[in-house]
Amino acid sequence: MSKNIRWDHSLIFELVAPGSSVLDLGCGNGELLARLINEKQVRGQAVEADHNQVSAAFRNGVAVYQGDLDRGLPEFNSKSFDYVILEKTLQVLRMPMLVLEEMLRIGRECIVSFPNFNYNGVVGKLVQSGRMPVTASLPYQWYDTPNIHLFTLHDFLDWISDHQVEMVDGFAGGGLNYRPLVFPDDSTEAEELLFLLKQKIKG
Amino acid sequence: MTDPLNVCLEKKSDYDTPGSLHSVGWTRPKKVVLADSSNPMPLDCGVDFYPVTVEYETYGTLSRLKDNAVFIIHALSGDAHAAGWDADWEKDNRPWRRDRPGWWDQMIGPGKAFDTSKYFIVCANLLGSCYGTTGPWEHDPNTGKPYALNFPVVTVEDWVRLQVRLQDYFGIEKLLAVAGGSLGGQQALAWAINYPERIRSAIVLAASARLTAQGLAFNAVGRQAIMNDPFFRNGNYYDTGPPANGLELARMLGHITYLSNQSMEGKFGRRFQNGSQPCYRLNNEFSVESYLEHQGRAFVKRFDANSYLYLTRAMDYYDAAASDGGDLAVTCAAIKARLLLIAYSSDWLYPPRDTRAIARAMLANDKPVSYIEIPSDYGHDAFLLEAGHTMPLVESFLKKV
Repeated sequence: MSKNIRWDHSLIFELVAPGSSVLDLGCGNGELLARLINEKQVRGQAVEADHNQVSAAFRNGVAVYQGDLDRGLPEFNSKSFDYVILEKTLQVLRMPMLVLEEMLRIGRECIVSFPNFNYNGVVGKLVQSGRMPVTASLPYQWYDTPNIHLFTLHDFLDWISDHQVEMVDGFAGGGLNYRPLVFPDDSTEAEELLFLLKQKIKG
Repeated sequence: MTDPLNVCLEKKSDYDTPGSLHSVGWTRPKKVVLADSSNPMPLDCGVDFYPVTVEYETYGTLSRLKDNAVFIIHALSGDAHAAGWDADWEKDNRPWRRDRPGWWDQMIGPGKAFDTSKYFIVCANLLGSCYGTTGPWEHDPNTGKPYALNFPVVTVEDWVRLQVRLQDYFGIEKLLAVAGGSLGGQQALAWAINYPERIRSAIVLAASARLTAQGLAFNAVGRQAIMNDPFFRNGNYYDTGPPANGLELARMLGHITYLSNQSMEGKFGRRFQNGSQPCYRLNNEFSVESYLEHQGRAFVKRFDANSYLYLTRAMDYYDAAASDGGDLAVTCAAIKARLLLIAYSSDWLYPPRDTRAIARAMLANDKPVSYIEIPSDYGHDAFLLEAGHTMPLVESFLKKV
């Protein structure tokens, strides 16, 4: 699946303010950040673990730091970026909570997108066939999937309300299309989700 | 640092010949005096040193705006002959250059990472080395005899200060990039720290902000091997013959640090030099032994023992953050250049974690940085031998500077 036809790609591009600073975690080939740098004049830094992807991002002209998100991001200062982006990567992380906490620390705002496991097309398939669903947003067999932490809209909202997190905005999407989150319908109707979050100011 | 001839390119045909489209072709070293009595060279050791002649080579053309210059910086045993084929090898009595191109020929040339059809490439021999730039082998004008150990102790920072003089000589305000591996990488880093206004980017390969204690230890033993050779005569061996055994031993030892356990295992394993049976003798029994001896002997023919002492000492001394209490983040706050850092997984002389430390220091200053660890079994020498992996990274980085 080519990254440039992803709905969250276009949405993130819209959400990021021109001239801002962006930290892209798990940047893949760096296409999104390169576009933000070239077309929205952002100051960009990327982090990526896989050295082949790092090479690819280099070719896209992005500054990439090869690093493992699951170890946290102690090298980054608090509130040192306007946005920290984690695009469809949360579910492959070994330490998703740690990474979310680090994002909230480092970014003034965080953008997170992920597949919704409670989506009709996923759960429906699971119930009907009795087998692990293979869909556009979860295109893997059970034995070769990198997705080790699957979760739902409700799970994520629980995390938001249990932690000092403010939900600035939410969107539901799939394929090329997206729209503002509709609750509770999108619990089952959203194939993928995207949230704009920030740390709640204490007090 | 290793002679590439012996390591990866077994066949001469693997080189780009002088007539090849991707070769810079025939080259000739040039010389320039960068310090004299009216303009001596201040050194970290406190000496105002002169005269200083620097041997350098250039490839490509300096643009009218002088904005396309890249300084390539060599490592411990390197020279100014970074690319192409030396037309003067015979005249200058450098027979080792006859059968092979410059030390980074795989990276420098038309269409290569350091594309000489776009960039003006300069490489200069280091102060204290033995390839045309003033060094301990040269005659001290005050005594008429070789400097030998009267040569001042030089540092990485001294070298960079001298390279800035070369930059001024060319009338270049800002270099597009400085680039080097190993000890050359440390100089590239020193450029970024000490001369933030004079470069736009620095490419640092297989290098760190300082050598480890283990690295210091290897250098110390190498120097001892030289100084304990009866021919060393306190450095005054130019008339009586060099401390060849000591230098050979130092090179063999150094060479071990440039390879890795994996690469030695793969290249030599436990193979015997002669057939599959042991000969029950003490010398030259295993392949790896005879390889190291060969490397040592070849080195003695082309390197000066005193230079080896001075250059390894400079390598020892370099500690980018020393004046900042060891806090590299404070040191890197000065950097304005874009930084590309490449480490090689099996390098244990300048291990990846130490290269990564530079990247972390940049990030601690909210400065963008590119850091990648290339998986390689070649050890420290990977920066020369992994050109296939290194080239596209350097190429795309330079394009965006």
